[in-house]
Amino acid sequence: MKLDAKIPSGPVQDKWDKARFELKLVNPANKRHHKVIIVGSGLAGASAAATLAELGYDVECFCFQDSPRRAHSIAAQGGINAAKNYQNDGDSVYRLFYDTVKGGDYRSREANVYRLAQVSVNIIDQCVAQGVPFAREYGGVLANRSFGGAQVSRTFYARGQTGQQLLLGAYSALNRQIAHGKVKMHPRTEMLDLVVVDGHARGIITRDLITGEIRPWAADAVLLATGGYGNVFYLSTNAKNCNVTATYRAYKRGAGFANPCFTQIHPTCIPVSGDYQSKLTLMSESLRNDGRVWVPRNKADLNKAPKDIPPEDRYYYLEERYPSFGNLVPRDVASRAAKKVCDDGFGVSKTGEAVYLDFATAIERDGKPAIEDRYGNLFEMYERISGENPYKTPMRIYPAVHYTMGGLWVDYNLMSNVPGLHVLGEANFSDHGANRLGASALMQGLADGYFVIPYTLGNYIATEYTGEVSTKHPAFARAEAEVRERQRKLLEIGSKSGSSRKSVDYFHRKLGKIMWEYCGMARNAAGLQKALTQIPELREQFWKQAYVPGGADELNPWLEKAGRVADFLEFSELMCHDALYRDESCGGHFREEHQTEEGEAVRRDDEFAHGAIWEYAGVGTPPTLHKEPLEFENVKLTTRSYK
Amino acid sequence: MDIKLKIWRQSGPKQAGFYEDHRVVADPHMSFLEMLDVLNEQLLEAGKDAVAFDHDCREGICGACSMVINGNPHGPRAGTTACQLHMREYHDGDEIVIEPWRAAAFPIIKDLVVDRSAFDRIQHAGGYVSVGTGSAPDANTIPIGKRESDEAFDYAACIGCGACVAACPNASAMLFVSSKVAHLSLLPQGKVERKVRVRKMVAAMDAEGFGGCTNHGECSAACPKSISVDAIALLNREYMFAGLARD
Repeated sequence: MKLDAKIPSGPVQDKWDKARFELKLVNPANKRHHKVIIVGSGLAGASAAATLAELGYDVECFCFQDSPRRAHSIAAQGGINAAKNYQNDGDSVYRLFYDTVKGGDYRSREANVYRLAQVSVNIIDQCVAQGVPFAREYGGVLANRSFGGAQVSRTFYARGQTGQQLLLGAYSALNRQIAHGKVKMHPRTEMLDLVVVDGHARGIITRDLITGEIRPWAADAVLLATGGYGNVFYLSTNAKNCNVTATYRAYKRGAGFANPCFTQIHPTCIPVSGDYQSKLTLMSESLRNDGRVWVPRNKADLNKAPKDIPPEDRYYYLEERYPSFGNLVPRDVASRAAKKVCDDGFGVSKTGEAVYLDFATAIERDGKPAIEDRYGNLFEMYERISGENPYKTPMRIYPAVHYTMGGLWVDYNLMSNVPGLHVLGEANFSDHGANRLGASALMQGLADGYFVIPYTLGNYIATEYTGEVSTKHPAFARAEAEVRERQRKLLEIGSKSGSSRKSVDYFHRKLGKIMWEYCGMARNAAGLQKALTQIPELREQFWKQAYVPGGADELNPWLEKAGRVADFLEFSELMCHDALYRDESCGGHFREEHQTEEGEAVRRDDEFAHGAIWEYAGVGTPPTLHKEPLEFENVKLTTRSYK
Repeated sequence: MDIKLKIWRQSGPKQAGFYEDHRVVADPHMSFLEMLDVLNEQLLEAGKDAVAFDHDCREGICGACSMVINGNPHGPRAGTTACQLHMREYHDGDEIVIEPWRAAAFPIIKDLVVDRSAFDRIQHAGGYVSVGTGSAPDANTIPIGKRESDEAFDYAACIGCGACVAACPNASAMLFVSSKVAHLSLLPQGKVERKVRVRKMVAAMDAEGFGGCTNHGECSAACPKSISVDAIALLNREYMFAGLARD
C-alpha cells in the first residue's frame, strides 16, 4: 500500500494557496463529460454534490434515506466553529488550528487542520447567503457562543438545531442543481460495493431499497461521504441506519482504514433505561456551562432522593479533580471520570450507570427564567424521554458513543490510496486526531464539500484520469455477482435456522456489548484480546441463526439491516486490532496500561505519533499495518492538563 | 403494561391493506418505536414478516418517522414526533391503532412506509437561494434584525415529515410549502427571488396532487415543530403580491 500524504511544502500558512495554484484544472467545457458519483447526502455529500455540479461536473448522488434532507448531519445540535473573530476576543485562523490539533491530542495532520481553519470563515458566509437562520444579536449581526476546548467564542449556532439548518442550506443548493439537471439524485439507494478497474475507483454497485434492484454505476471518480461507524456499539447517538458498509466495502477493495479505534464518547447523554433501548440521546454539551456533575459520596445514600442528600455528602468529582476547568473539561476527560465513579459503585440509577447533572445552583443564582431561556428546549426533551423534570430534580446522564474520528485514509487532496476514491467528512480520518472538539464536525463536513474537493477533484481528473470505463467492464459484473451472492446467503440463513433463529438486532446488541465492554471508554490488552476471540464466534453464530424475512426484490428493512450488521461484525475486529496495537492513551483512546497515578491519559509520542493505516487481508485474518508519520512543525506537543 | 395493537399491513402500493392485531408487553420508559421494535422482534423470532416503518434519528429531527397513532399523526403529545413519544402516555390494557400517512400524494410503499418524494420535488421547484459556492459576501455584510431572523427560524424548523398533510382533511401541503416560502422570504437573502419562488413552488404543489387549504388548522396542531398557521397567511400574501407583480 502506497501512502503519500501529498502535503505541500512551505510554511503551514501558505500550503493551501500553493496547492490551489499547483493543482491542475479541468477545462470548464470538459467538466460536463466527467461523471462523479457521490455517496451520502449529509453536509459533506450534499455540499460536494451541489458545488461540483455548479462547476459543471455530471453528478450522480446516492443516499439510503428517502430524502437527502434526512442524512444524519441533521441531528447535530450545538454549532459550527469558524475563525471569524467577530467577538474581537483574540481568535484567528492560527488559534483555531492550534486548538483543534491540541484538542485532537496531537494525532491529526497539521496541514489539513490548518486548511480547515482557513476555509471555516468562508463556510459561514456561504451558509448565511443560502438563508441559514443563525442566531443574531439585536443589532442584526451574528451571535457566537463558547464551546469546550476553546477560550474564545467562535461557535455559530441556530438554537439547538444547527445541523438541521446547515443541512437544509446544503440541501437547497443541491435541489437547485437537481432542478437544473446537473445532479441526478438517487434516494433510498444504498451502496453495497465499490468497483475498482485497473487500480482506480470507477464505480459502485447499489441496491434500490424499494424495488431491490441491484445495479452497477460507472463514473470517473467516486466520493464517499457516508459518515461514521458509531453504530458498531449498537447503542450510540447516531441515527439507527448509520453504518460502516460503504467505507468498509472500500476497505475490502484496497482502501486503507486509518485509526479505526478513535471513537468519541460524549459525556452528556440520557442513560440507558432498559434492554429494549434502541438508541441514546445526546444532551448538548452547553449544559455543562451551568450544570454541576455529582454522585453521592456514600453508597448508603444511593437510594435516597437527590434533594435529601446534603451538600457535604455530594461528590462533585469534576470540580474536585479539575479545579481550574471544573465541569467544563473536554469530552474525553468528563466521560472517563463518569465511568470511574460508576465503576466504583456510585452510579445513580438502577443500572448503576448514571451521574447527576444538577442545575439547582444555577437556578438559585440566575433564576428559573434565565435557565429556561438558555436550555428550555433541552429540558423539555429530557423530560419527554425520562419523565423527570430537571427544574426540580437533577438530570441523570451517562456517556455515549457519539462520533468516530477514524476513517478511510486520505491524502491532503482527500483522496484515498485507491486513485479516484475520495472520502469526505466523518468518513475520513484526517482532521480530528484522537478527539474531536465540539462544533468541529459540521465545520469539517462543509469544508470538505464546499471548499476542498471542488479544487482537488479536478487535479485527479486532469492528471490521473484513465479514459472512459463503462459498466460492461468485467469488474462490474464480478462485484455485482458478489453482492448478489452475499444477499442470497443472508436471506438463506433464516430458512435453515429453524427454531434457533434470532433477529439481526439480537446479534447487533451482543456485538455492541462486546465493543462497549472491551473497546469502549477504557481499553486494555487483555480485554481487547477477549473481544478478538468473541467477535468471530458471534459472527459465526450470526451466519447460522440470523433471521431475515421477506425477499430480495422488495422493500426489506431487515435485509438492509442484516447486511450492515454483517459488516459491523467484521469491522469491529479491525477496531480491536487497532486499539490493541495503539499501546498508548490519547484523546478518546484510553489504554488503562498508560495512565498517571491520578488516572490521566499518558501519550507515547516517540512510538505512536503516527496514523495507523490498515490494509485488508481477509475476514478473520489480522490486517496489515502501515504508518503515516505525523510531523508537527508548528504545534508543540505537550501533555493536555485541565487541573 | 399489556398493549393491544391494531396495525395497518400492506405488502405493496397496489395490494389491498388490512388491520392486523397484535399484543405487546411494554415498559412505560420505552419509546413508542421501541415498543414497535419489541413487536418486530417477536414476529421475527416466530419466523414472520415484521412491520415496516420509516425511522432514523429517533430524536425528533430527521422527520423520517411517520405514523398516525389513534387518529393523530405522531400521536397524542403536542410538538412531539412519534419517535419521541413514550409509552408512559398509555395505560395497561390500552388499544392503539397505527396507520400510515394517508394522502394521494404520499402513496404507501409497504405497511407504514409512504413515498414523500413529492416534498422534495416541490423544493426542486424553487426552495433555494440561487447563490453558487464562493460568491457569498461576508456573513455580517447584511444585518438581519433578531426578530426577523427568529421568525424565519421558526418556519425553518420544519422537519419535512408530512404530518401536516396527514392531519389535513384535504391532504393539503400548505403548511409545509408555506414554511419553506416564509423562511426564505423573511430573510434579505431570499427576498430577491421571492416572487418567482412562490409561484413555482405553489405550481409544483398543485401538480403533485395535494388538496387545497380550507383553514381547518389541523396541520399546525399535528406539527411536531408546532409551526404556526400564520405561515399559510404569509404564503397567500406572497402569492397574491407575486401575482400582481410585473416581473
